[in-house]
Amino acid sequence: MAAIPGRTCAATDDSLRLTLALVEREIRDTLRDWRIVAPIVILTLFFPVLMSFVANMALGWVAKYGAPIIGERMLPFLLMIVGFFPISFSLVVALETFVGEKERRSLEPLLATPLTDTQLYLGKTLAALIPPLLAAYMGVVVYVVGLYFIEAWTPPPILLLLVLLLTTAEGLVMVSGAVVVSSQTTSVRAANLLASFIIIPMALLVQVEAVIMFWANYSVLWWIILFLLVVDIVLVRMGIHIFNREELLGREVDELNFASLWRMFCRYLRWERWFFGLDLQKMPACLRWLGTVGGLYGRDIPAVLRQSWPALTVVVIALILSAYIGCSFAARYPLPPEILQLEQVSAETFAELPAVDWLPAFTIWGVLGNNVRSLLAAALLAVFSFGTLAIALLMAPLAIVFFFVAQVARLGYNPALFFSAFVLPHGLLELPAATIATALAVRLGAAFMSPPRGMTVGEGWLWALADLLKVFIALVLPLLALAAVIEVHVTPSIVVWAFGG
Amino acid sequence: MIELIGLTKQFGDFTAVERVTLSVAPGEILALLGPNGAGKTTTVRMLAAILRPTMGRAFVAGYCVTKHPREVRRRVGLLTEHPGLYLRMRGGEYLDFFGRLMGLSADERKCRARELLDSFGMPEAWDRRMGTYSKGMRQKMALVRAMLHDPPVLLLDEPTSAMDPHSAKLVRDAVLGLRHHQRAIVICTHNLAEAETLADRIAIIRRGRIITLGTPAELKTHLLGPPLMELRLTHPTDGVVKLVSDLVQIEGQGKTWLRYHTSNPQETNPLLLQTLAAHRVEVVTLSEVPRSLEDVYLRVVEE
Repeated sequence: MAAIPGRTCAATDDSLRLTLALVEREIRDTLRDWRIVAPIVILTLFFPVLMSFVANMALGWVAKYGAPIIGERMLPFLLMIVGFFPISFSLVVALETFVGEKERRSLEPLLATPLTDTQLYLGKTLAALIPPLLAAYMGVVVYVVGLYFIEAWTPPPILLLLVLLLTTAEGLVMVSGAVVVSSQTTSVRAANLLASFIIIPMALLVQVEAVIMFWANYSVLWWIILFLLVVDIVLVRMGIHIFNREELLGREVDELNFASLWRMFCRYLRWERWFFGLDLQKMPACLRWLGTVGGLYGRDIPAVLRQSWPALTVVVIALILSAYIGCSFAARYPLPPEILQLEQVSAETFAELPAVDWLPAFTIWGVLGNNVRSLLAAALLAVFSFGTLAIALLMAPLAIVFFFVAQVARLGYNPALFFSAFVLPHGLLELPAATIATALAVRLGAAFMSPPRGMTVGEGWLWALADLLKVFIALVLPLLALAAVIEVHVTPSIVVWAFGG
Repeated sequence: MIELIGLTKQFGDFTAVERVTLSVAPGEILALLGPNGAGKTTTVRMLAAILRPTMGRAFVAGYCVTKHPREVRRRVGLLTEHPGLYLRMRGGEYLDFFGRLMGLSADERKCRARELLDSFGMPEAWDRRMGTYSKGMRQKMALVRAMLHDPPVLLLDEPTSAMDPHSAKLVRDAVLGLRHHQRAIVICTHNLAEAETLADRIAIIRRGRIITLGTPAELKTHLLGPPLMELRLTHPTDGVVKLVSDLVQIEGQGKTWLRYHTSNPQETNPLLLQTLAAHRVEVVTLSEVPRSLEDVYLRVVEE
């Protein structure tokens, strides 16, 4: 087996070339399977032609009953449908893209090539997306051309653009979501079952779009496209970040080992004992607990906060944004002066607060319980929203606070005094506590999207959960408790002193 | 060419490979022998930079598998446990695809693929869909894929499994040819005869650990003791045992034969024959009792 003379192993680092080689192979392979090609061809050619005839007949039929508007609205709706049907096939192709290869044992040779994880991911994603998307465009063209000849109807260019963008964004959402599922499962069967998490939201979205099409308020579609693009970015980023060839190959069975998970969680929960560099072994036994406390507050929690700086930054930016939103809403929706008469605030005003149904009881336990519930709910919502809803939950009350600060300023009061009296005394503790808890909740949600390097999604999530639990109990909870005491016993006195009559 | 230092791989709580240290020089063939689940495939996957070691280091063709995985993959030809072909593709297309991924030019891809297919006796495979191949052809095609970019390091997982004897010989000859071209080769195999024929050294691996490592001869000596000699006589051995007992330790005897171990047959055997001749004992044969690698393997694995 002679070597080729002069050949060197070093290949040029042509990322695009390698990705395109993969895309080309995958598309060829897809187009060789008549089970995939046949439905695409039917949906590309036959179905749009059929829809053109259906639209034509429907127009005539509804016109007979004096409701031509229904027929007119049906034309854009069917335009959207002929675009959507072919891209639904992208889901089938994308779902089996990695896990199917794994089942057919053809994945390992591919993983042994110089393709990077990103090239592999992008190559597979594009290959799953391109044929159905082209079929969808073709379907739209066939439908539009058909209707032009049958009904002499042409869609407004902006509507056509919207439908094409919508189709592309929907296709990308389905494919990127399906590729994530495919790279994280161990069998095609499991991938198909998990696809419900993509199919159901998409089905709901199509229904919403159908309503919009009949409503004919097409500008709303821009918001849907924007939303889908954000989801696309999140899913593609998530896919690239959590794509792990080792996981893909090493994991044969998805078995939940609770004992192992628990051990891992406990390991993440532990911290090193430390007390200002002292040798803890030489300390009297009764003082060794200082090492545990010193390690937690002196080393571990600061380390967790340092690791969470990106999430903390995002939360702080969101808080600044919420202050701006609150102020701008105050300018748009001014309150009548009689609602805010601060000179009438008295100790009784606070005593009457428990009578307001939608507010928690104005007691230490009431305030503390409400804050803890809100932050835990934020953590829970973060899990299902990649952290975004946790931020939203914190932004809402702060926006309300600044709404009132701005209203107060508009009515001629001193806003700084208002803020210092009503918010600052307990806010000095409550706001940092809530910011930290929300940042850790964001980390918990973002762990699905981008687990720390060298960790699987599960490991990254358990790590984030352990950090959240640790910091919540050791730092957030004491700060909230202290803030609740101040809010109930100190803040009212300051408010009455500052504004009360 | 290949160097492993304390290489360890853990999957959760399970340690698949534990502190494996070995090296393979250019032109050397190392066989990894071991029962199913011993860690052979995991070791090979780490060397191919597909799996990341949990601990330890591995260098392939001068590149660290964790720091420069792409460079490693460019220099490794991996024959996987299963051929893993795309069955709807034709042989030529398939090799062209992998050649592109490996950075070969169009001419190189075609020339090299044709050359390898011819050498494995399946030129017709170029135009045929791989779904129509026999098991042996699929295995050979996978081997061609691994050798396509002429890598300095070849990692072969069960290279001749599912092959008929003729094809297996073709593959073995090809592997031996690669040794002459200074390629470093690691073979995972259950075929002990193949390991003995091909490998310069053999590492027996069990539960992720290298139990023993050496040339086939070294392993036999180390694990089965010094060579066992068998002396066959024309007449019963009565009296002969006494004659030779000062020279060798008798291990067993029959009516007209006896066996003994000797760590230095070059000296012991002539002396023994001289003694027997001096006492007019007629010798039919004196030969070494063949000891197979299977004995070594079973001994190690059962221990």
